[in-house]
Amino acid sequence: MAQEPMLGAKIVLKALVDQGVDVIFGYPGGAVLPIYDELFQQNHIKHVLVRHEQAAVHAAEGYARSTGKVGVVLVTSGPGATNAVTGLTDAMLDSVPVVCLTGQVPTHLIGTDGFQEADTTGITRQCTKHNYLVKSPNDLARVMHEAFYVASTGRPGPVVIDLPKDVLMTKGEYMPPTRIKHKSYKPQVKGDLKRIEEAVALLANAKKPIIYAGGGVVNSGPAACQLLTNFARMSGFPVTLTLMGLGAYPGNDKQFLGMLGMHGTYEANMAMHDCDVMLCIGARFDDRVTGLLSAFSPNSKKIHIDIDPSSINKNVAVDVAVVGDVAHVIEDMTKVWKSAQIRPDQDALAAWWAQITEWRAVECLKFVQDGDVIKPQYAIQRLYELTKDRETYITTEVGQHQMWAAQHYRFDKPNHWMTSGGLGTMGYGFPSAVGVQMAHPDALVVDISGEASFMMNMQELATAVQYRLPVKIFILNNRYMGMVRQWQELLHGSRYSESYSEALPDFVKLAEAFGAVGMRVEKADQLDDAIRAAIATNGPVLMDICVSQTENCYPMIPSGKPHNEMLLGPVADGEQAIDAEGQILV
Amino acid sequence: MTTDINTHTISVLVDNESGVLARVIGLFSGRGYNIESLTVAEVDPAEKLSRITLVTSGTPMVIEQIKAQLGRLVPVRRVHDLTVEGPHVSRELALVKVVGTGEKRVEALRIADIFRANVVDSSNESFVFEIVGKTDKLNAFINLMEPLGLVDVARTGAAAIARGSESI
Ligand SMILES: Cc1cc2nc3c(=O)[nH]c(=O)nc-3n(C[C@H](O)[C@H](O)[C@H](O)COP(=O)(O)OP(=O)(O)OC[C@H]3O[C@@H](n4cnc5c(N)ncnc54)[C@H](O)[C@@H]3O)c2cc1C
Ligand SMILES: Cc1ncc(C[n+]2csc(CCOP(=O)(O)OP(=O)(O)O)c2C)c(N)n1
Ligand SMILES: [Mg+2]
Repeated sequence: MAQEPMLGAKIVLKALVDQGVDVIFGYPGGAVLPIYDELFQQNHIKHVLVRHEQAAVHAAEGYARSTGKVGVVLVTSGPGATNAVTGLTDAMLDSVPVVCLTGQVPTHLIGTDGFQEADTTGITRQCTKHNYLVKSPNDLARVMHEAFYVASTGRPGPVVIDLPKDVLMTKGEYMPPTRIKHKSYKPQVKGDLKRIEEAVALLANAKKPIIYAGGGVVNSGPAACQLLTNFARMSGFPVTLTLMGLGAYPGNDKQFLGMLGMHGTYEANMAMHDCDVMLCIGARFDDRVTGLLSAFSPNSKKIHIDIDPSSINKNVAVDVAVVGDVAHVIEDMTKVWKSAQIRPDQDALAAWWAQITEWRAVECLKFVQDGDVIKPQYAIQRLYELTKDRETYITTEVGQHQMWAAQHYRFDKPNHWMTSGGLGTMGYGFPSAVGVQMAHPDALVVDISGEASFMMNMQELATAVQYRLPVKIFILNNRYMGMVRQWQELLHGSRYSESYSEALPDFVKLAEAFGAVGMRVEKADQLDDAIRAAIATNGPVLMDICVSQTENCYPMIPSGKPHNEMLLGPVADGEQAIDAEGQILV
Repeated sequence: MTTDINTHTISVLVDNESGVLARVIGLFSGRGYNIESLTVAEVDPAEKLSRITLVTSGTPMVIEQIKAQLGRLVPVRRVHDLTVEGPHVSRELALVKVVGTGEKRVEALRIADIFRANVVDSSNESFVFEIVGKTDKLNAFINLMEPLGLVDVARTGAAAIARGSESI
């Protein structure tokens, strides 16, 4: 299938089209001008001009997480590429499929400290799943297709393709995507049946089981989430989800215990601590989840399903490990379960649920909204009630507001919740919402934000206005870096070193200056009308919701403590509550 | 699992593309693993494959992590833990420069002979010995040369291969 040789930049575009890409997020500069020139001359791919390259990557992440497709980024060399590094690291830690094209100085100038030269493959080696420097236009098509394959299969992640300008401006051969058989990269999708049978045998005899599932279920796709739900219903086992897993199991289901971990529910953490068999599905025993490792779920047999062998036995040693894709493995587990006609010990299970019901009765997420001052939890609850019946996507920034969103918004479907979990990147939520809205133009997209986080990428208001993206920014404005203040109260004698949000802008005027709509909400009884008005507004809306400045996020497992030593509310002396070993943890 | 720290020799077959060594080394420094030695050279020019021999140490859990992390790198084709997979041979080469005259010079030559080290360069006051063997043997030789005028050592690090007919 010999084709006319074509310009490198054309090859890049053609490969994107052949990969089914419809939108890319980028920012131009000298090294990528040939690609921008090709973009100008075609109609297949829409380019969204962000206002900072970090935002381009977060937008691509939002696009990817809400669609299951690869998000695509285009930035220039040097500062364009280095600005993208935070986004790439974010995508790496949260396993988000992103392909990022970076410009580079021409090959003969590489290594000379050329203008806007940065060693992009060197800088991004540790924060990408893989990266490439393309030295010949004849390699371009192969590398482009391979990059999409690597980014989207196995454990997904970001892939960088560094493109020297001369390669973009020289002609080479194009080849269409074929069914790639990579020489060395072969993710294992099917689980080992022996291991699956061992896992089912453990589960069959469980008296106090728990399913702990995470972002890997979402990565595996909506079918995997359905299979998980079916498996839980069939077995009658309780389910808890990580921050990254929210939506993988219906948030309103009676078998759902809520999120687990540092700011998870009391019932989820107690059940994790006391269980006798733990089924971990597509989660990675993160330190926010395990608490004190040496006291983590001390009496349980542990089963771990994960597509990445390096996630297994990394932090917690498990008894049965199944390497494979969640959907494939649960499907096989279900078959084994059914063919062996397994019926777990119903009396034991009933006793276990009775215990869980007692833990639930603690009502660890309870709060009291009285008076005018808006409680942040109440704001989220109202947002949930007023948006749950429409197609709503929620993104967040990082801080207390993020945790309250995770606790009080209920996700019934996967891919509707985008948050920065692993890296915890303030400034993630708003550009991510831009990406989500590009993918779902008719849906309601809300960025639940803090006033400090919002200012890390607020320049994207211009992007939202330019593309008429009706994103709603829901700032829970407590005039503090609330999460920092909370830790200072707990660990540093309430010395609020640099955590007060001084000199805040007038967010209403700020929105208006960008051509968006701004609203301020100061009283609890104004909230519902304001939310309704924002939803009804056909354009980006910035809601400055003035919330209680002193509210802290509970429950909380203080650092260095096990699951069964949660703080349910404020303590008199946090430094007493957390020992020296805990204080060095983040 | 135990928390004993053991030394493992790991063979890694990789596509010989640019940056692959940096990926492997970056993995070790980034995740805080030990590298006791690392050797690398192309072993299959037609297929463009290189073989890396890594000597590292850690608890069983850390060693498992190291192997899984290596396996996760896109250009890595195979990872084999020679230490657990069966008998293997491991050899290292050292060039050892000893400077001295009189009795010490004679003694150095005598010990070199016992260790089957070759003299690959000599001047009136110096020898360069070439010695091949297991890491322990090289260590012993170098220790003995210390009082005899040892001034310079260059070592390759271990190259290792499984015994028997199996190939990587
Ligand atoms: C301020 C703050 C507080 C936080 N507090 C909490 C908290 O209280 N509770 C909490 O849970 N988190 C919390 N987090 C998030 C936490 O840091 C981690 O990001 C999160 O717990 C990781 O989620 P996960 O285990 O689901 O893993 P992910 O990071 O989503 O990783 C997914 C795992 O699944 C595997 N996988 C991927 N695809 C597949 C597939 N197709 N098949 C099989 N396996 C697959 C991957 O290899 C990986 O091991 C907090 C973060 C912040 C910023
Ligand atoms: C880029 C970045 N810098 C610093 C931090 C550390 N940090 C975590 S939460 C937080 C405060 C966030 O404040 P705000 O956005 O107002 O949210 P709140 O906690 O008040 O809800 C900070 C500074 C971070 N997560 N990301
Ligand atoms: Mg705040």
